Amino acid sequence: MHFEYRVQGGDFVRAGQASSQVKKILKQLNVAPQIIKRVVVALYEGEVNIVAHAFQGKIYIDIETDKIRVILDDVGPGIPDIEMAMRPGFSTASPIVREMGFGAGMGLPNIKENTDRMKISSVVGVGTRLEFVVNLKE
Amino acid sequence: MCIGCSHCMRVCPTEAIRVSEGKAHLLENRCIDCGECYRVCPTHAITVEQDDFSQIYSFEYRIALIPSVLLGQFPDDATTEQVAQALLNLGFTSVIEVEDSVEYLIVKLNEYVRNNPNKPVISSFCPAIVRLVQVKFPSLVDNIALVRPPLDLTASYIKSTLISEGIAEDKIGIFYITPCAAKIVAIRKPEGEDKSEITGIINMDFIYNRILREVRNGIIPPGKTMFDSRLSPRSYTWGLTTGESSHIEGRCLAIDGIWNVIEFLEKVENEEVSGIDFLELRACDESCAGGILNPGNRFLAADAIRKSSGEVGMWSIDSVSPKNKDYKRRVGNQSGLQPLSPRSMLKLDEDMARAMLKMKRVNRLMCYLPGIDCGVCGTPSCLSLAEDIVQGNGSVSQCVFLQKIMEQSKLDPSHSFRIMKKVWGENRFKKDCDKPIRNK
Ligand SMILES: Nc1ncnc2c1ncn2[C@@H]1O[C@H](COP(=O)(O)OP(=O)(O)OP(=O)(O)O)[C@@H](O)[C@H]1O
Ligand code: SF4
Ligand SMILES: [Mg+2]
Repeated sequence: MHFEYRVQGGDFVRAGQASSQVKKILKQLNVAPQIIKRVVVALYEGEVNIVAHAFQGKIYIDIETDKIRVILDDVGPGIPDIEMAMRPGFSTASPIVREMGFGAGMGLPNIKENTDRMKISSVVGVGTRLEFVVNLKE
Repeated sequence: MCIGCSHCMRVCPTEAIRVSEGKAHLLENRCIDCGECYRVCPTHAITVEQDDFSQIYSFEYRIALIPSVLLGQFPDDATTEQVAQALLNLGFTSVIEVEDSVEYLIVKLNEYVRNNPNKPVISSFCPAIVRLVQVKFPSLVDNIALVRPPLDLTASYIKSTLISEGIAEDKIGIFYITPCAAKIVAIRKPEGEDKSEITGIINMDFIYNRILREVRNGIIPPGKTMFDSRLSPRSYTWGLTTGESSHIEGRCLAIDGIWNVIEFLEKVENEEVSGIDFLELRACDESCAGGILNPGNRFLAADAIRKSSGEVGMWSIDSVSPKNKDYKRRVGNQSGLQPLSPRSMLKLDEDMARAMLKMKRVNRLMCYLPGIDCGVCGTPSCLSLAEDIVQGNGSVSQCVFLQKIMEQSKLDPSHSFRIMKKVWGENRFKKDCDKPIRNK
């Protein structure tokens, strides 16, 4: 099953809508609560990263009986050093973003922890693609 | 008598009500006993079962277990002592406050919150909230505090005390005067316990009139003290909003009103909020002061309880510690609940592949349904009709919009009329100048 969501950079009010929707879908599909939790956490962090760091983005979700695959594509500044970005605590969040309570540099590490596969590709000045997979069966 | 007005269907937070054959029907596995339907029913068709009062006489020791909200129902008419004396006159042999165990519970709950990694810990006090989490927020079930609520803890304590005085267990009857339906279900079908210690239930609205009659008829002179309240001020206000949260260490939040709770739990489930240690969640606005069986106004009741908590006389900190020791000795090993299990109402099928097929069908149906949630199909929303159809419990022709479309090709208007009658009953289509009208 395939779903798509749009994300607007800077729109913190609506950040979390996609993860909320996906949570509902996974509940209806009778996915185990602990696994739903992992998906929602990873997706929420990815969504917020687009809102906080990029201009706009799209989220593509594919659900199969054994796994969920998520692609978050954005148009934005890109990430110059992915390895550095992955380090816990690393953040380039602006003061405005920090005021919103984000910018601890924990988003990407948190995604890694909660997913079974994760990949980031990015072109500086163009955008970023974050892909992850979570197995739905324990 | 239910007239199929559908008011209840529209306010049910778990979409547990459907209308068919001109009457409301309950989907039991979705019901959380919050009582929202009871509040809006214009014909009082929804009643709350209670045990027959005369059953108290089957026991030699007849204990009335009263919540402080009962006392809040008589802000100007009766003192605590008068209420207690009235209950004794009515046939009970003693009166004990539900909140008797609260001081001990505060210790246990703080211990639990300190040691439990699943934050925020959600209070197990309100049974409607426990059920809400089970059916609608299954991933948060492990956050519910596995600590028995004061009602059960107090009941166990009373029993233990009487038994050690040499009284046979089958001579003890403990009767709870309840402000709500949720507590009744929690007693009859407890979650996290095999059996409740409560013998029977008496509804607040039933006993209220009787107490008032005793007091008004002057049978009890004010000031007569057969009963002395043993509660600390903070025990007294436990059932009110912030009653729990103000006595738990760490960052605590108190939220009352079922819709407010749902809104907040969505955020908790998405991990959008962090750093909260404890959540006091209550289904009713103004917590138990707003229980559906309370005859009085919830704001006045809450105010009255807060006021009299300041006047609790006999209490001192020195009396707490021996009491807590006694609680620990008697019920210390009974203060926990067994793990709770989720009972998700949202899943479309146990089997994921089948659930996916059903979801695809629901999504396809939603392309055709108008999305205005008018309820004329007898379900609370377009989505719920779509889900009912996919589960084999409904049909597309229930939707008036689709009916109009179908009437243009294959559906005979008299058939479509029959379909509407099947949902709303014959009488809905007859002139009726006496139907209850809901004033907003
Ligand atoms: N979609 C993106 N576009 C551009 N830069 C990004 C994107 N996602 C992450 N980054 C960069 O990677 C850094 C680390 O991201 P991470 O999510 O771990 O932390 P954060 O967003 O800064 O803070 P937190 O997620 O804890 O609120 C960010 O500060 C930012 O520089
Ligand atoms: S808040 Fe109190 S009265 Fe209302 S449902 Fe919960 S326990 Fe019952
Ligand atoms: Mg981030």
